[in-house]
Amino acid sequence: MSNVFIAFQDNEDSRPIIEAILTDNAAAQATYPTGLVKIDAPDRLVIRRESIEELTGRPFDLQQIHVNLVTLSGRIDEDDDQLSLSWIN
Amino acid sequence: MDTPVIKKKIGLKERYAAMTRGLAWDTTYQLMDKVFPYDKYEGIKIHDWDKWEDPFRLTMDAYWKYQGEKEKKLYAVIEAFAQNNGQLGVTDARYLSALKIFLTGVSPLEYYAYRGFAHVGRQFTGAGARVACQMQSIDELRHNQTQTHALSHYNKYFNGMHSPKHMYDRVWYLSVPKSFFEDAYTGGPFEFLTAVSFSFEYVLTNLLFVPFMSGAAHNGDLSTVTFGFSAQSDESRHMTLGIECIKFMLEQDPDNVPIVQRWIDKWFWRGYRLLSIVAMMQDYMLPKRVMSWRESWEMYVEKNGESLFRDLARYGIRKPKGWTQACEGKDHISHQTFAVFYNYAAAAAFHTWVPEEKEMAWLSEKYPETFDSLYKPRWDYWREQAAKGNRFYQKTLPMLCQTCQIPMIFTEPGDATKIAYRETEHKGDKYHFCSDHCKDIFENEPEKYVQAWLPPQQIYQGNCFKEGVDPSAEGFDPLLAVLDYYNLKVGRDNFDFEGSEDQKNFATWCGDSVEGVKK
Repeated sequence: MSNVFIAFQDNEDSRPIIEAILTDNAAAQATYPTGLVKIDAPDRLVIRRESIEELTGRPFDLQQIHVNLVTLSGRIDEDDDQLSLSWIN
Repeated sequence: MDTPVIKKKIGLKERYAAMTRGLAWDTTYQLMDKVFPYDKYEGIKIHDWDKWEDPFRLTMDAYWKYQGEKEKKLYAVIEAFAQNNGQLGVTDARYLSALKIFLTGVSPLEYYAYRGFAHVGRQFTGAGARVACQMQSIDELRHNQTQTHALSHYNKYFNGMHSPKHMYDRVWYLSVPKSFFEDAYTGGPFEFLTAVSFSFEYVLTNLLFVPFMSGAAHNGDLSTVTFGFSAQSDESRHMTLGIECIKFMLEQDPDNVPIVQRWIDKWFWRGYRLLSIVAMMQDYMLPKRVMSWRESWEMYVEKNGESLFRDLARYGIRKPKGWTQACEGKDHISHQTFAVFYNYAAAAAFHTWVPEEKEMAWLSEKYPETFDSLYKPRWDYWREQAAKGNRFYQKTLPMLCQTCQIPMIFTEPGDATKIAYRETEHKGDKYHFCSDHCKDIFENEPEKYVQAWLPPQQIYQGNCFKEGVDPSAEGFDPLLAVLDYYNLKVGRDNFDFEGSEDQKNFATWCGDSVEGVKK
């Protein structure tokens, strides 16, 4: 098993994104190093646009995550509705 | 009434294709190979550039939009920091030494990266690769500018930050980052991406921009953490470019595998050596500690690298040759590096110190196998000597590794009491190295590394004095002449933190006497 991870700046913009990730990925775990939120998940992690929109009640363009993204690991697959990170082993 | 025009919005993937590759064309009145002559000579075989994937699919319009947002956020913070005298809020003026290293040793690399990516952004035959490199080139220029801007505020109050560009091209320890990047961008375009985007950005830079920036936040430096994370938000794209390039080369032709493996071996080790200074900044120069170098290494390199190289194994790629030794080094390099700077503090543009008792206790706790047995006794001894008035500053020049240009300070694998020395001969001359890996790198491209500009050799040849200096004059002090050439102000920028102008000023501004801030 390999972990993938993604980290954001710990701020208000990131909050719904983090919440959506933790809801959509049961195995994901968040840690909070100073200034950051880092989410680790075994093998795969997905960020769904709809889940974020449900939380905020307004449209969300997934590419907005670039503004608060700090780092990530894993292979990315992105379209208009979701962004996933995974390792293909 | 007008009939409403129903415009179907095209999806991200199509939009990206239309705005990137759709805008490229194959040349007709000149051969493509003549227009893009540099992406073949390294031996990397590419059969189909359309197979290059761009996972983030960021188009130029979206790129400008999000970069603009990042800049507005960042400058709002930098301005607020300056207006509110944010420099007074840092934990301790010792912390500034880390920023001095950052400004003179890291920010110039951003500028080199800008140049490197602008160059390769022209050279690739495939439009996808060109666009990704062009965006990264602009990112890197932005990093250099925002770092310079943010840190210029500190330059108004603290010493040693007055001429980073001048120092970068001259100061002995700054030849380490400088030579690293010059080595990378004098390689071909594929080697450059393997070096910078993959080995450095994907495998190693998290160590600099994530835990160190958390450390800046922890030490009250709102300005640095903000430019750090703003830069790092671009790094995710850069890291993705790195892994994409590796995957692309490996999938295009099996003949590419050994070439790529050799580059990974080389650049992982070059990057690892370069980060020794970050290890020291993290373990010794942040008055309030967040995470040890060892912990960061485990979290961002070991765990992550295991996943990454398991993923790449199906192409026949293995972990870099120096992996095991680098992992062993996590217990040693920060201590070995800071000890050397403590010795050479007369010739450095920042201050050093003996760690305080509680900092030593933290180091003992974080390095249970090595600190108490190997490194603490040295600090105890040096502290004792300093208290007796015997603070010793090394004034002779060290012998450097021909490849990484770091003085011979690292120890043998498996024996941290013995300095590692390696040597080889090339055309009748002898060359010296800090490790088997640096020696291997040299032996693979000796014609390149025999040209290395090594500061001690240059000083001895008389190339590091200001014009008109006469080394044969009575009472000539070579070290002072060299420091003058560096534009380093003796007694102000160098020596121990204890007794420095930075220490006194900070105490005065904070309403303390020097004794008051001493813990």
